[in-house]
Amino acid sequence: MAEKPSAAELKDYAGQADAWFKENTVRDPGFMLPLTFMEVSTDEQFDFLRDWQRKVYEAGYLGASWPKEYGGGGLHSEYQRAATRAMKKYDAPIMINAIGNGWAGPLILDLGSEEQKQKYIKPMLSAEDIWCQGFSEPENGSDLGNAQLKAVKDGDEYVLNGSKIWTSLGDRAKYMILLARTDFDAPNKYAGLSFFLNPMDVDGITTSRIKKLTGEYGFVQTFFTDARISADCLFGGEGNGWSMAMKTLEYERGAKVKPVGGYFVKELDVMEIVELAKNSVRNGKPLLDDPVMRDKMTQYMIDIQALNLNNTRRRMPQLMQDRPMGLPLMNKLARTELIRELTEFSLAFQGTKAGYYVGDENAVDDGYWHRSYLNSFSATIGGGTSEIQRNIVAEHALGLPKTR
Amino acid sequence: MENLGTIGTTEEQIELMDVATNFCRDKSPIDKVRGLIDDELGYDPGIWKEIGELGWLAIAIPEAHDGVGLSMAEVVPIAEQMGRNLMSTPFGSTTVAAQALLAGGSEAQQAEWLPKIAAGTAATLALREANGDWDLVNIDATAVESGGTVTLSGKKQLVLWADSAELIIASVKMDGAVRFALIERAKLGDGALRRETVIDETARSYELTLDGVTLSADALFDASRTRETLEKIELAAGLIHSAEMTGGAQAVIDYTLEYLKTRKQFGKIIGSYQALKHPTVNNYVEYEKARTHLYSAAHSWGEQGRGEVAVRMAAAQSHSSYSTSADRAIQFHGGFGFTHDCDAQLHRRKAILSGALIGDAAYQRSKLAGLLFD
Repeated sequence: MAEKPSAAELKDYAGQADAWFKENTVRDPGFMLPLTFMEVSTDEQFDFLRDWQRKVYEAGYLGASWPKEYGGGGLHSEYQRAATRAMKKYDAPIMINAIGNGWAGPLILDLGSEEQKQKYIKPMLSAEDIWCQGFSEPENGSDLGNAQLKAVKDGDEYVLNGSKIWTSLGDRAKYMILLARTDFDAPNKYAGLSFFLNPMDVDGITTSRIKKLTGEYGFVQTFFTDARISADCLFGGEGNGWSMAMKTLEYERGAKVKPVGGYFVKELDVMEIVELAKNSVRNGKPLLDDPVMRDKMTQYMIDIQALNLNNTRRRMPQLMQDRPMGLPLMNKLARTELIRELTEFSLAFQGTKAGYYVGDENAVDDGYWHRSYLNSFSATIGGGTSEIQRNIVAEHALGLPKTR
Repeated sequence: MENLGTIGTTEEQIELMDVATNFCRDKSPIDKVRGLIDDELGYDPGIWKEIGELGWLAIAIPEAHDGVGLSMAEVVPIAEQMGRNLMSTPFGSTTVAAQALLAGGSEAQQAEWLPKIAAGTAATLALREANGDWDLVNIDATAVESGGTVTLSGKKQLVLWADSAELIIASVKMDGAVRFALIERAKLGDGALRRETVIDETARSYELTLDGVTLSADALFDASRTRETLEKIELAAGLIHSAEMTGGAQAVIDYTLEYLKTRKQFGKIIGSYQALKHPTVNNYVEYEKARTHLYSAAHSWGEQGRGEVAVRMAAAQSHSSYSTSADRAIQFHGGFGFTHDCDAQLHRRKAILSGALIGDAAYQRSKLAGLLFD
């Protein structure tokens, strides 16, 4: 275990991180930067963010608390937290390799072999190897446990046939964490699933870009046609796919593997919305003089403040006694739905200008709010829809019976 | 934004939370709560005595006045557990009255009353009037001074637990300015108190007729303390009621969950239907937000600016959360929900009274908007 820093050591490190991000953060490269790793549309966006992640990693401010022998910094997690605070302070761009650093990396560090750790961790931190996730299928979205992509063992290889969809960065990734069915006669649908660290650059794997509701690109459908991968790509053993997939979700809370640091999604700054409201006009008067808009904005302030404070309360067991899993499980639901509502609300401020979109010179803030609203659905649908999240909270925090 | 609250706890607060959780659960089972509905006093005097002996009325009173010397932050978990178990007593009104004394009372007034309250004497506030306005300065009751004697007139409404309180602190106008008068209940004439029928049957409330009440001039708070007193009353009452409503929201959600887990229709436990499950989750999310705001308000209570924002956020969120959770509890219990026997109505009615006493969620938001945006 890395040693906990003294206050002086931490302050010294935080000062260095602050200076580094102050000097190196580029907030406006001359084109619109993605707010989340799911919105990387153009080559220039991708190249910029990949370079940025490499630069942050090489400076020691990403993966600072991951083990040194695999490319991390080997420091106590307090150091990484300080570095992430500096990133936030200077509103630094996101880390692009979300599936790698947030999902695959912790899983490999937790359960992978020495060889796997040596092979995958460092290039994932430097963003040399981009990772994507192959869970959802065209016919199996919310019912993830019913995934049907077929993986048949043939000698020391698996032969893959089927399709995955909504794969963010799928056309740019080197690896995919893949949920596939190895046993069609298993006693239940979950038991037939296996988990693979799947290379994307093999024959028989092709991708097709999907245009999003915003008009941008960012994710793909991936087709597997007699694609052959080494049996070494199997992770966690045959039939353990579901538990591996569920494990990737647990790492978010950082209990077993220290979080890699940084962020993959930009938090919405509510003060920007308040500013927008203050600068908007209705019937010749400031918008926030309108009692309806004023009341709604106040309710959103109450909501945002609650969710921000929840992040602190989650770490206070004395205020979490009755349902310890309540706040962690509801966080995604509450946060993503609030962002959707707030960004939609921001359009209501704009009066006639709500009619413009990205690309028109008359659009407010270059169409940032419109794009944010439309993109907000990526989070209320992706990673388990809000409806599935409500089932999860109901069943795992409130003890209600499963919906069948 | 500079004036947003933060969250934190104290050791004493968490210890009191543990003690109050057990005490209120053990001393206020639902059959007892229902038994007290038809009781004139409205609470068990033995339990009120125990509350005094536990020192819970002394928590936020300074040691110089025989108090414990902690703050309202430590009172919050107690009020929360009382609300959770529908334990109705003069605890809340007495606590807020003590805060009013601390903000506006003279040395002599504090020295006379605070030690008594700390030892278990009930007190209350008489603030509301016929106009129904939540604005504490929009009042018509008057005080006229003549030769060292003050004569009061007018009517105050929604005076909680007035028949139990030894001290009633009433707001009146004297020479056009709001003042606070200390009235000893024992000195009131027959008929000065009329028991009101309030929507929450577990509470006791009275209308107070001030006409003819005379006091010595030193029974008024000093005019220079009026503003601080008004602020303190609003914040203390907001915090206490937020705590009670948050505890109540937890209870009514748990009560609903119990039913959803046991009732069967169409051969299935009804809690498996998403039409009931999903709105229950939404209510639970709103409740957790209310509890977060509550402990932020407790933590930020003493801070200038932040305290009021945090308390009003807690009041707004707890009132809307409690109201909605109880409303849905009635609906989700079906035909039973429509009966007096179903506990959902106890909570729904209590949420309405709490909102009426301190200002409902929309009122709290209107006050907040000024603090946040102007």
